Amino acid sequence: MLPTETHPQTQRNRPALNFAARRPWSTLALLIAAVLVVGAGVLFLLNLKAPGLLTGAVVAAMGDPGQAPLILKAGLLHYLETAWSCAPWMLELTSIFIVIGTLLSVFGVIFALTSLVERKMLARIQNRFGPNRAGPWGLFQPLADAIKMLTKEDIVPTGADKVLHLLAPITMLVPALLVLAILPYGPGMVPVELGVGILFFFALGATTEVGVFMAGWGSNNKYSLLGAMRSIAQMISYEIPLFLAALAVVMLSGSLSPDAIVSAQDGYVFSFVPHWFVFTPWGFAGFLLFFTAALAESNRSPFDLPEGESELVAGHMTEYSGFKYAVFFMAEYIGLFAICGFAVTLFLGGWHAPLPWLEWIPGYLWFFIKLYALVLLAIWVRGTVPRMRGDHLMGFAWKFMIPMGFAVILAAAVWHYAGGGVPGWLASAVIVLMPYLALGRVVAIQYPASRRVYRFSES
Amino acid sequence: MNSLFEIIAFLLIGSLTLGAAVAAVGLRDTVHCGLSLAVVFVGVAGLYLLLDAEFIGFIQLLVYVGAVAVLVMFVILITRPEDGVIQQPDRRRQKLPGALIAAGIFLVTYGAIMQSPSLRRDVPEPAALSIRAVGEALVSGHLLPLMAIGVLLTTALIGAALFAMEGEDGK
Repeated sequence: MLPTETHPQTQRNRPALNFAARRPWSTLALLIAAVLVVGAGVLFLLNLKAPGLLTGAVVAAMGDPGQAPLILKAGLLHYLETAWSCAPWMLELTSIFIVIGTLLSVFGVIFALTSLVERKMLARIQNRFGPNRAGPWGLFQPLADAIKMLTKEDIVPTGADKVLHLLAPITMLVPALLVLAILPYGPGMVPVELGVGILFFFALGATTEVGVFMAGWGSNNKYSLLGAMRSIAQMISYEIPLFLAALAVVMLSGSLSPDAIVSAQDGYVFSFVPHWFVFTPWGFAGFLLFFTAALAESNRSPFDLPEGESELVAGHMTEYSGFKYAVFFMAEYIGLFAICGFAVTLFLGGWHAPLPWLEWIPGYLWFFIKLYALVLLAIWVRGTVPRMRGDHLMGFAWKFMIPMGFAVILAAAVWHYAGGGVPGWLASAVIVLMPYLALGRVVAIQYPASRRVYRFSES
Repeated sequence: MNSLFEIIAFLLIGSLTLGAAVAAVGLRDTVHCGLSLAVVFVGVAGLYLLLDAEFIGFIQLLVYVGAVAVLVMFVILITRPEDGVIQQPDRRRQKLPGALIAAGIFLVTYGAIMQSPSLRRDVPEPAALSIRAVGEALVSGHLLPLMAIGVLLTTALIGAALFAMEGEDGK
């Protein structure tokens, strides 16, 4: 036996190299303790300049958790004004940067978490463990991924259009980040109060198509080009049902502003069923349409043809590596969060609590709980539903979802004129159900279900 | 501060739009021309936003960037020439007609702008137009044109579907 060869017995007895993976709870406790100590130290140092100001703000924020972010921000600005005597324009800039920094860090953390949660959940669905080596329960996996992505070589193909190749990931990420600015995260927590917020969302959603095209064309690769073409065709088709479903909500709430739409869903029926639009027949159908179209818009399974691994390598991202690929990845996830946040705002009551006796939980927590529930649903769908075929994909959009979108708008109008209640419920339910059944029949005739034939493996 | 910021923003967006417009005409590669056109559309949308016309600005983005620019790219994708660069006719022969057309368009636009009542200083500032007012005008006073446009678009859609069906059968 050669000395370099390891014996199976000695391998089993080797001590674990990874303390974090072996003792997840103690590692987590250590981490939290370290964060608390550092935070307290920073707070103490900042307090030396103007004693009591910052601590007062923190105590006030703890007393009123529902408004805590607003109180903390006001406290910090007040501290800067009195202790460091900043000029008004500096305060204005700081205020803007506080909001941007908070949004970026919150969604950055959610993005890092989701990249792990998705792999874990898919692994469980497929009867595997998933990443579990880096840190407690694999919690440091996103960190390891980030280091790997940043240190990888950035490869640009020789025949590529270098400018387009560089600009494409940026063109994808910027609209996805901008959409985050208009979501109402809680009572009084809209970063930019825009009267035409819904329009802003769709206008930015439309610009991502340009980014996909730039990636597909700039890579000078047939897989990239095919993927980009599929992706653009899919995005154009599924934008229409997305728009139609949102239009029904805009009609009934009488406003294009996300904040007004959330306040239109305030209150409870029988003091326990919330007034969310998803609990009406048209709203339920609209929500399903919106969510399905959202999956297609963010190129997720079962609509992931543009980047289907078995056919197109990675679609328009085939020729990307390293950090540019990471930016694409990030744009895709942030886009998914934004569109799920929009579904929450439009149909699931935004930051309103689902039950009256749960209103003590702050609104922004409810918003993120609902958003993450939708993200988990998307992951679940990805793990369980097979990829669609190209012609089915287009037929589904144009022959089923768009007519259903018009039915939803009609049902919403009927609901409005019946004034809700039992007659409105019945009438709009009939208007949604009849085209659903009829379209189902038509689609079933056109695409009859038959036994799958394996042309080459069965003879 | 505010007006200074607006002037800087106007200069930046305006120069970007103008530069992209020149690039859209002057570049050799068709794809680059199409993408420069998209940048022009984005710049115009930015100018609308500077004028506090949010609705028109976002509609500009939605229609021109989301539909027209994407259509241009789709046409390029579908009719992709072998070498990637579409053969352009001789440029020297285009110079005189091009200059004439540009001068004509400039004169017409100049005349129209100079005759516009909004250039006169004594006209009172119009009240801010809300989207609600636009919507109500569309479904009350201008209902007939709106429906006519709807019929036109439906006809176009049905026509497109018919063309596609013929292609599917291989006729």
